[in-house]
Amino acid sequence: MRRELRAEWTKTRTAPGTAWLTAAVVVLTAAASAAVAATVSCPAAGCDQDVPRLGLAGIQAGQAAVAVLAVFAVTGEYGTGMIATTFAAMPHRGRVLAAKAAVLTGLTLAAGTVAVLASVLAARLILPGNGFTAANGHPPLSLADGPTLRAAAGTVLQLALIALLSLGIATAVRDSATAAGVVCGLLYVLPLVPHMAADPGWRRLLWQATPANAGLAVQTTTHLDDLPLGPWEGLGVTAAWAAAALLGAWLLVRTRDVRA
Amino acid sequence: MTDSTTVVTGHGANGRDGFRHLVHAEWTKFRTVRGWVAGMAVGVALVVALGLMSAAGSHASCGMGDVETACTLTTGPGGEAVSDRFFFVHRRLDGDGSITVRVDSMTGQIRLPDATPGVRNVVAGVVPWAKAGIMVKDGVREGASYAAVMVTARHGVRMQHDFTEDVAGGPGGVSPGSPRWLRLTRSGGTLTGYESDDGRRWIVVGTARPARLPATVEAGMFVASPGDLTVSRGNLGGASVQVRFTEATAVFDQVRLEGRVEGRTGGTWSHDDVGVAYEPGGRTPHHPGRFTESGGTFTITGVGDVAPSTEGMRIESTLSGQAAGLVAVMVVAVLFVTAEHRRGLFRTTLLAAPRRGRAFAAKTVVIGAVAFAAGLTAAALTVPLGARILRANGNAVLPVSTFTELRVVAGVAALTAAVAVLALACGALVRRGAAAVTVVAGLVVVPHILATASVLPLGVARWLLRLTPAAGFAVQQSVPEYAQVLGYYSPQGGYYPLPPLAGLAVLCGYAALAAVLAAVRMSRADA
Repeated sequence: MRRELRAEWTKTRTAPGTAWLTAAVVVLTAAASAAVAATVSCPAAGCDQDVPRLGLAGIQAGQAAVAVLAVFAVTGEYGTGMIATTFAAMPHRGRVLAAKAAVLTGLTLAAGTVAVLASVLAARLILPGNGFTAANGHPPLSLADGPTLRAAAGTVLQLALIALLSLGIATAVRDSATAAGVVCGLLYVLPLVPHMAADPGWRRLLWQATPANAGLAVQTTTHLDDLPLGPWEGLGVTAAWAAAALLGAWLLVRTRDVRA
Repeated sequence: MTDSTTVVTGHGANGRDGFRHLVHAEWTKFRTVRGWVAGMAVGVALVVALGLMSAAGSHASCGMGDVETACTLTTGPGGEAVSDRFFFVHRRLDGDGSITVRVDSMTGQIRLPDATPGVRNVVAGVVPWAKAGIMVKDGVREGASYAAVMVTARHGVRMQHDFTEDVAGGPGGVSPGSPRWLRLTRSGGTLTGYESDDGRRWIVVGTARPARLPATVEAGMFVASPGDLTVSRGNLGGASVQVRFTEATAVFDQVRLEGRVEGRTGGTWSHDDVGVAYEPGGRTPHHPGRFTESGGTFTITGVGDVAPSTEGMRIESTLSGQAAGLVAVMVVAVLFVTAEHRRGLFRTTLLAAPRRGRAFAAKTVVIGAVAFAAGLTAAALTVPLGARILRANGNAVLPVSTFTELRVVAGVAALTAAVAVLALACGALVRRGAAAVTVVAGLVVVPHILATASVLPLGVARWLLRLTPAAGFAVQQSVPEYAQVLGYYSPQGGYYPLPPLAGLAVLCGYAALAAVLAAVRMSRADA
């Protein structure tokens, strides 16, 4: 397994897009979080806002960069034919997939941590100027606060799980544009489907089943009783999607011909 | 030597023929790749299936108490949904004539959100669009054609007719000590509204030609007071709007009706609480209006509004699957260009058509036309069928003209085509499929979702729909915003900050810019 890990790390490290995309994860997340923090305001009478969630809203932008990073990790090799060389050198295909997943997880966790810390810092600096003050019940965002720490750590984990989900999908479809389309659909379009259901029971169930809705429950720190799922259970939904995608990818990569 | 001359002639002198050739070549490439055709079909299927499923899942019934009926809409002379509820004190006028009144005061009451749950919290006051004035109407049927001149609480004097038309007169309301005189004159099919501070110097407010005004009309005084709004924003996005009861009371005197006037019951005034709803049992009116008269002074209290109505579903709500469909179209458009680079086919394409800009233009034409056809198919199926299903399920769907419905359907097709061209151009610029798809989704679909289904503040949501390519979704809006109706006009409710064609123009601008950049890059970069 060490051989595979080393090979994957070298490939990822030297691929031209990796540095750019890792930087994009950090910049997009932090910039979008700061933009949201700069546009919301809290009147003097107080407001019912979930401040940690506002401060981490940039994940909506950053997750796209994570998805592209994950998709490139696989489809880059399929696109150039490199995958045949990879499998010739390391015939244990399941291990190659596992090594890819491990390298990607490490990279996303690192980028995600920086991105989340930058977002929290931006929100901590910007929000008090927009009326989110201790006087009306919103002390500055701090990771010493239990729920805020959970929201921040959960956001990093959600990014890593999105990377694994994207990796699984990309391995299954083997084409970069199609994989990105499917992942964008899962991240941005699927969350709308619960709103289309008229029946409240169905709406709740669909909300619980969509990774982009349920997974972000981990960012919620107020009105937890109104959520259809607990914060960690929500993250579990994304984890289940990622596990299913990786399992499917493993089965396909083991049985299929190298190239389409 | 002869051969090369022939080639030069083929591309130089017969330029148009050459381009047709290129388009034909690109079309052949497109239709012979099974995955791309399937991708477009998936896009159409997603729009139709998600749209019809959400329509089928949406049921509604109306009625008070135990009696449930299908929700019905009152329609005005132009076929649009209207609200026609007011207190009318009137007499029959045959042919030409005029009515003059003095409005002396306007007061009222407003129910505020309950301070103590369950206890009615009613305070004195008038809402900005409370109306008192004179009206000429084709009978007292709800939705009948009319023209009216009125004074409002905060929007000055207005001349309105047939629900959607509104012209502003002088500013200022009425208060004790400073009354307003109003006059409405009929001459054939034309009505002219006047206002005056003293009853002697008259200023024309406006003229109106109502659509269907018969020779004999009802002319008289009316008072209406639209409900007040409370908007509360949800924790997980979306907003709920609560309409609260209000009523307005106006005092009129110096009433003069000229022309051939018939008194239905011995020369006295008739009165109707037009459009009043009844409590269960059908006898007690719900929030009734009222009036008293003594010595030529009329005190009239009215509830409701005479205005276009936006309460109900819209035909474009059946397009809920559009974001999903657009993502599929983007993927196909990006693949249409990146696949050539990856397989090295592009070098062959350039050998066959060395003028690179033209090769790219031909690709743009083909993907634009294919996406237009796909969008047209999807919308032409989903919008009429979805609206029919919604109506069959008892939902009140706001009626729109055939022209508007065609504009929505054609607009969706144009939107799909523009998004496809944008995606194609991004694919040519970035040359990496995943990056191109994500960028285009991030430019088109994500801002729209953030603006219409998230907790973003209203101002930010509106700017997203002005500045990003998502502005193009405005082309779907079937019911306009009415300045004379108080409403929560938010992107969540389906109101876009730009007019339909302006929004589409923003998207097309982005697509054109990307296409030009892509053509430039293509002629400079290595294949």
